[in-house]
Amino acid sequence: MSAADVTVAVGERRWVNRALGALAWLVGLLVFFPVFWMVLNSFKSEQDANTSPKLFFDPTLDRYREVTESAGGVLSFGEAFTNSAVIVLLSTLIVLALAIPAAYALAIRPVRRWRDVLFFIISTKFLPVVAAILPIWILARNLDLLNTQLVLVILYAGINLPLAVWMLRSFFREIPRELIEAAEIDGAGLRGQLSSVILPLAAPGIAATALLCVIFAWNEYFYAVQLNPAEGSTVPIWVTTNVSTRGEFLAKLSAASVLACIPVVLAGWIAQKRMIRGLAMGAIK
Amino acid sequence: MDHTVIRPRMRPALSDSWRRRLPLLPALLFLILLTQVPFALSIFYSLTDWKVVPPGPREFVGLDNYDSLLHDSFFGEAIWTSVRLTVFPVIGALVLGTAFALLLDRKFFGRGVVRTMLITPFLLVPVVVGLIWKNQLFHGLYGAINWVVENLGGTPVEFVSEHPTLSIGIVLVWQWTPFMMLIVLAGLQSQPTDIVEAAKVDGAGPFAIFRQLTLSHLRPYLELGILLGTIYLIQVYDQIAVMTGGGPGSTNVPYYVYQRSIGGGWEFGLASSYSIVVVIASIVIATFALRVLSTLLKGEQIA
Repeated sequence: MSAADVTVAVGERRWVNRALGALAWLVGLLVFFPVFWMVLNSFKSEQDANTSPKLFFDPTLDRYREVTESAGGVLSFGEAFTNSAVIVLLSTLIVLALAIPAAYALAIRPVRRWRDVLFFIISTKFLPVVAAILPIWILARNLDLLNTQLVLVILYAGINLPLAVWMLRSFFREIPRELIEAAEIDGAGLRGQLSSVILPLAAPGIAATALLCVIFAWNEYFYAVQLNPAEGSTVPIWVTTNVSTRGEFLAKLSAASVLACIPVVLAGWIAQKRMIRGLAMGAIK
Repeated sequence: MDHTVIRPRMRPALSDSWRRRLPLLPALLFLILLTQVPFALSIFYSLTDWKVVPPGPREFVGLDNYDSLLHDSFFGEAIWTSVRLTVFPVIGALVLGTAFALLLDRKFFGRGVVRTMLITPFLLVPVVVGLIWKNQLFHGLYGAINWVVENLGGTPVEFVSEHPTLSIGIVLVWQWTPFMMLIVLAGLQSQPTDIVEAAKVDGAGPFAIFRQLTLSHLRPYLELGILLGTIYLIQVYDQIAVMTGGGPGSTNVPYYVYQRSIGGGWEFGLASSYSIVVVIASIVIATFALRVLSTLLKGEQIA
């Protein structure tokens, strides 16, 4: 290759790099447009929202005021938000309390036939929700658990547990065995090993796992609407109450949607790099 | 080196294998109670004729429910809708997600911002996603997509009512592409760079590198994406509930089971037989999926 050829090749590569960067931006903006549009509409008046698409308008916070003020008898924003927060946090805590020891028994001091056990745990995730909803509905009704927060706490722990065990097992396997053995020689039991070695070292992985559990639990709608349509309802149900069959509701719906999504979106944005790293080391190995 | 002599024995009564099993048991019991018990009850319900509202007696009818579902054309239609709403979104999201991941796996100005924008759809509440697409993008009068269509000289389309399967499919692809992208990005990040560098030095072009090195390295990640995507998409309910509320071309099997039972039909016996069919179909998929998983776990040795 002559020097001139190299210059051409380098110039060409720079051009290709720029074009691909521009393409990435275009794709990103296109994918993000529905979200941008939702946020934009949430600051509009209903007249501005219910017309052919408008980019410029008088921004107002009135829609946010409307959806957050509580109306008597109807599920209010504050109630739904508190309910969701309680249910999501409790269920995630239960998941961690059950999954951490289980992952220990699958990764660090593995039980015999740990592969079969892990398969069983993951396979419960293949069981469609609809197949379980009828008996669960009957059981919940007979136990007087319909319309309680407790039933959602238990079920959300159930839907997230397999994923959590799977991810935590992978993270625990990354911990150097010598450290665990050293703790063991010092006489540490399961609890001692967990608190002195495993939990501190696997903390990033545990955080990523907990975050995924929070996302899935916060966004869940099917169980919430089937088992808990009245008091104790969660945020996704509250969003749907802002859709009316009469009158215009686009701007109001947008404001409600933004509020419903903000906690999880912010958490996801902050943790995105960690999530990718967690998947890279956890999902396959 | 014999530590057992000096190590204090906390619970001498427990054998070693039980000490190993003990931490596993709470999670295992919890999952069995939540999944296997309802499943067993479902099988029992499916052999009965049982209308819950208004309350009727539960009669044992054997396999009658399964016989009647064979003649139920709505159920067949729901299965077909389920297949389309699972296969196409999974493939679409996987192809787009891989393409986006490759675009992101290079340095360019504002990469973090673009990645953040691309991840966002996956974080949104599915109910919100369905409502926003239906009312702001697909809307026949005020929708952003129809605004583009009209400005290009076309006639507006009532997407959701005229093309329910396509509309829901697009929404699912939009929401699941970021998930696939995350998994593929993770795969790309774990790719050893020295091999790629060596191939470059040997004069391999970017396409040859992609086909021969990257793609084979990504295979387990792509399989994992297909597996997880299928598990979640086969159960889609939320977007259907808020976009069409069911109907031809949008009622999939989960939605149909819901309609025939707590959604107003209250025929728990019949609906249970439908859900058992869903379970059997899922087991078929799961067997395949578990085989994929077992190849992932193969070669992994733990003392």
